[in-house]
Amino acid sequence: MNAFVDALAEQITRTCENGGMLRIVGGDSKAFYGGAPVGDTLSLARHQGVISYEPTELVVTVRSGTPLAELQATLAGEGQMLAFEPPAFGASATIGGTIACGLSGPARPYRGAARDYVLGVNCVNGKGQYLRFGGQVMKNVAGYDLSRVMTGALGTLGIITEVSLKVLPLPEAEQTLCFECTQSDALSRLGEWALQPWPLSGTVFFDGVLRVRLSGSGAGVAAAAAALGGETCAEGADFWHDLREHRLPFFASDLPLWRLSLPPQAPPVALADQQLLEWGGGQRWLVTETQPQQIFAAAAAVGGHAVRFRGGDRANSFQPLDAVGQRLHTGLKAAFDPVGILNRDRLYPEA
Amino acid sequence: MKRENSDSFLHELRQILPAKAVLTAEEELRPYECDGLSGYRELPRVVALPDEVAQVQAILALCQRHRVPVVARGAGTGLSGGATPHSEGLLLSMTRFNRILAVDPVSCTARVQPGVRNLAVSEAVAAYGLYYAPDPSSEIACTIGGNVAENAGGVHCLKYGLTVHNVLAAEVLLMGGESIRVGSEGFDAPGYDLLAAITGSEGMLGVVTEVTLRLLPQPEGAKLLLAAFDTIETAADAVAQVIAAGVIPAGLEMMDNPAIRAAEDFAQVGYPREAAAILLCEVDGTSAEVEQQLETVAAVLRERGADEIRVARDETERLRFWSGRKNAFPAVGRISPDYYCIDGTIPRKQIGKVLKGIASLSEQYGLRVANVFHAGDGNLHPLILYDAGNPGEFERTEQLGGEILALCVEVGGTITGEHGVGLEKINQMCVQFNEAELAQFHAFKSVFDPAGLLNPGKAVPTPARCAEFKALHGRGGESTLSDTPVSGPISEP
Repeated sequence: MNAFVDALAEQITRTCENGGMLRIVGGDSKAFYGGAPVGDTLSLARHQGVISYEPTELVVTVRSGTPLAELQATLAGEGQMLAFEPPAFGASATIGGTIACGLSGPARPYRGAARDYVLGVNCVNGKGQYLRFGGQVMKNVAGYDLSRVMTGALGTLGIITEVSLKVLPLPEAEQTLCFECTQSDALSRLGEWALQPWPLSGTVFFDGVLRVRLSGSGAGVAAAAAALGGETCAEGADFWHDLREHRLPFFASDLPLWRLSLPPQAPPVALADQQLLEWGGGQRWLVTETQPQQIFAAAAAVGGHAVRFRGGDRANSFQPLDAVGQRLHTGLKAAFDPVGILNRDRLYPEA
Repeated sequence: MKRENSDSFLHELRQILPAKAVLTAEEELRPYECDGLSGYRELPRVVALPDEVAQVQAILALCQRHRVPVVARGAGTGLSGGATPHSEGLLLSMTRFNRILAVDPVSCTARVQPGVRNLAVSEAVAAYGLYYAPDPSSEIACTIGGNVAENAGGVHCLKYGLTVHNVLAAEVLLMGGESIRVGSEGFDAPGYDLLAAITGSEGMLGVVTEVTLRLLPQPEGAKLLLAAFDTIETAADAVAQVIAAGVIPAGLEMMDNPAIRAAEDFAQVGYPREAAAILLCEVDGTSAEVEQQLETVAAVLRERGADEIRVARDETERLRFWSGRKNAFPAVGRISPDYYCIDGTIPRKQIGKVLKGIASLSEQYGLRVANVFHAGDGNLHPLILYDAGNPGEFERTEQLGGEILALCVEVGGTITGEHGVGLEKINQMCVQFNEAELAQFHAFKSVFDPAGLLNPGKAVPTPARCAEFKALHGRGGESTLSDTPVSGPISEP
C-alpha cells in the first residue's frame, strides 16, 4: 500500500519539477466526459481489489482501480448493490472513475446519488500527500465532508486511491409499467406520484411512452402496480440497463448530447425535437446543435443547469459559475493542487 | 476585539441594527454563554439579533473589516460546543429568521429560513401528506440552520439519511458578506459539491440564510417492534441478521440495561426492566410492505434469541414505545445530577467489544455509563453520569469520554457521528487525522474564510494543539505526527 502511494507521490513530484501535468485514468471509459484530458497518463487500473466487505455492515471499501462490474458482481453475490446505479459507459469502467465523475443512474431521485453513498475517500492531492477523509461508517461528521467534495470533482482535487461506499440490499421484486401519453401528461403524473409513497425506482419518458419502474418487496410492488394502472412492459431489467448505459436508439445520434438537470416540474424546454426525460423530469437529455450559451441560459432560466455530455465543444462542458462561485472553485483547486497538475481543465478551463 | 476599537465597532453595529437587537450587558449576554454542552461557557462581547438578511450581510462585512470573530447560533441545542461564544467576538443569533417561506407540494420542497425549528417543518407540511425526514432528538427546539451546520441525524437516518441527504439548496453568506447559492432545486448543481461542503461544516465556512428542504411523502403505515435480549452480543448479532435478511428498517435502536431502567422509571412505557438490551425496530412503507417486512424481522429476531417480541398494537402504543427512547437523555438526567453524552460511530460488528471496553473504562474511572445506540448505522451514545458539584469530576468525565472516542477510532470508527467536533472533540481530531489531513482542512476553510474569523478555534485543531495533546497523552509526541496514520478510517488489512 505505502509503496503504491509513495510511487504516486514520486510521480507527482517529478511531474511538478518537469512542469508537466497528469491525466488520471481508471478504465478510460469516460474520457469523453468534461473538458479534454491533457497531460501524461497516470493509470490506477492496477490498483485493484476489495479491501473489506461485510454485507451486514452495508459498507464496502475498495481500491479505486477495481472494475465497476467486478464490484457489482461481488455485491450481487451477497444480494446487495450500489443503489445509485452508476453508468459504466464501457466494460473497463472502475469504481474510482465512477466516483470521480459522480454520475448516477435511473434510481437517482428515489434512492440518492453517488455522493449520497460515499462514506470515505482516500486520495493523493496535488502535493503528493496521502489523505483520508470520511471513513467506513455511515454516520461521520468529523472534519469537513471532503469525500463528498471529491465526488464528481473529476479528479481535479486529488487522485482517489480507495473509497468506502454504503450499499443496499437488492430489491426482492421489480416491475416496469408503461403509459402512453404526452410529455406534459407525463410530467403531471410524475408530480402526482411523487406525493405518494410508491416504491418507484425509475421513470423515463420518450417517444410518447412513460415507463415507470417499481422496486421493493414482492407485495409492495404488486400493490403499487395494481394502484398505478398502466400496462406491464415486456422489456424489464435490460431496458433500464440500456437506458443507463445510453444504448437506446435515442442516444445513437452523432449530434451533441446535452444533459439538463432541472427542477423536476420545470416546463418542457423547447431547445430540441429529440428529448428524453428521466428522474421524474429532473434529468432531460437533449440531442441538439444549439449553441452552448443558449442551452446554459435556457437551463438557468428554469432553475437548473446544463452539461454537454458527448460531442460538441469540450471547453464548454459545464454551466458557467457566477463570480463568487468561480473564485471559490479556483481557490479550492489551489488548496488541493496548488501547481495545477491534476486533470487540468477537465471541470472548468483553468488559467 | 480590542477595547479601544470596540466603541467604534459597536457604534457601527448599532447603525445596522436597532438598539434592542444589540446586547452588551452581562445579564443579556448570559443566556448565550453556552449551547447544549453546558460544561463549556464563555460570554461573547456582543450578541446581535438581526431579522433581515441584509443586516446579516452588513454585520459580516463590519466584522471582517474590524477583524471581529463571529459565532453563528440557532437554538443552541448542539452538544459539542459548536456555538460556544468567542470571548472577543460577536454572537450572531439567527433565531429571528423563523419563517417558512414557501411550501411546494408539487415538487415536494420547502423553502425555510434558518431559524425555523426542525419539527415545525413537518408540522407545516403534514396537511399535504409530506414530512421532513431528519429527526434529531432535539427536533422540538433545534433549528434547520443548526441542523445544516452539524449535518444532524436522528433515529430514522439508516433509511432516510442525514441532513446532507435531505437538503436541496442553501443561500449562504460568506465572511465579508458575499452571497452564494449552493445546490439547486434539481438533483445536482454545476461544479464542486459546495452544498455537501457547507453541510456539517459547523459554521466555519459561511452563515446559512435560507434552506430548501426535500420533503417526503408520509409512509402509508409504520409498525414498531420491541425485542428483548439477555445479552448485548445477542442483540447486536440480531441487528446484523435483520440487515442480512435484506430489510432496511426505518429505525433500529438499541438500549442497554441502565438506559432501559432509566427510561422506564422516567416514562413508564412498558420496557422490560430486566433485559440486558432491547431493540426497537420500525418498518414503514405501503401496508403490504410493512406487513411483509414485519414478518421477516420478527422471524429473524426470534431465531436469533430474542426473549420477548412485542409489536406495538396501535399508533398510541407505537408512540409510547418511541417516547422511552426519545426521552432517554432526560431520563438519565433524572437519575444523576449531570450527564455527558458521547457520540462515536463504530462498525456495528464491534459493538460487543466496544461496550465491554466502555464497561471496563467506566469501572476504572468510577463513573456510571448508560448506552443508547442507533444500532442500524453504528452510532453510539454512551451517557456518562457524573456530578459537576464534585471537584474534578467533570474533568474526569471528559477524560473518560476521550478514551471512549479513541476506542471508537481504534475499531475503525469515528469520534463523532452526528453531534460535531465543536470545541469538545477538538483534541480527538488529532487522534483521527494526521498532520497533512488537518492542514488540508485548514486550507479548505481558508478558501471560504481567509481571515479565519468564522467560529475560530472549533472543529479543526491547529498543529500546535495536536503536538501538545499527543505529548500529554503519551502518543509519542511530535515523532508520530508524520504522514503515516496510526489508525485510519480506511486502512489496508
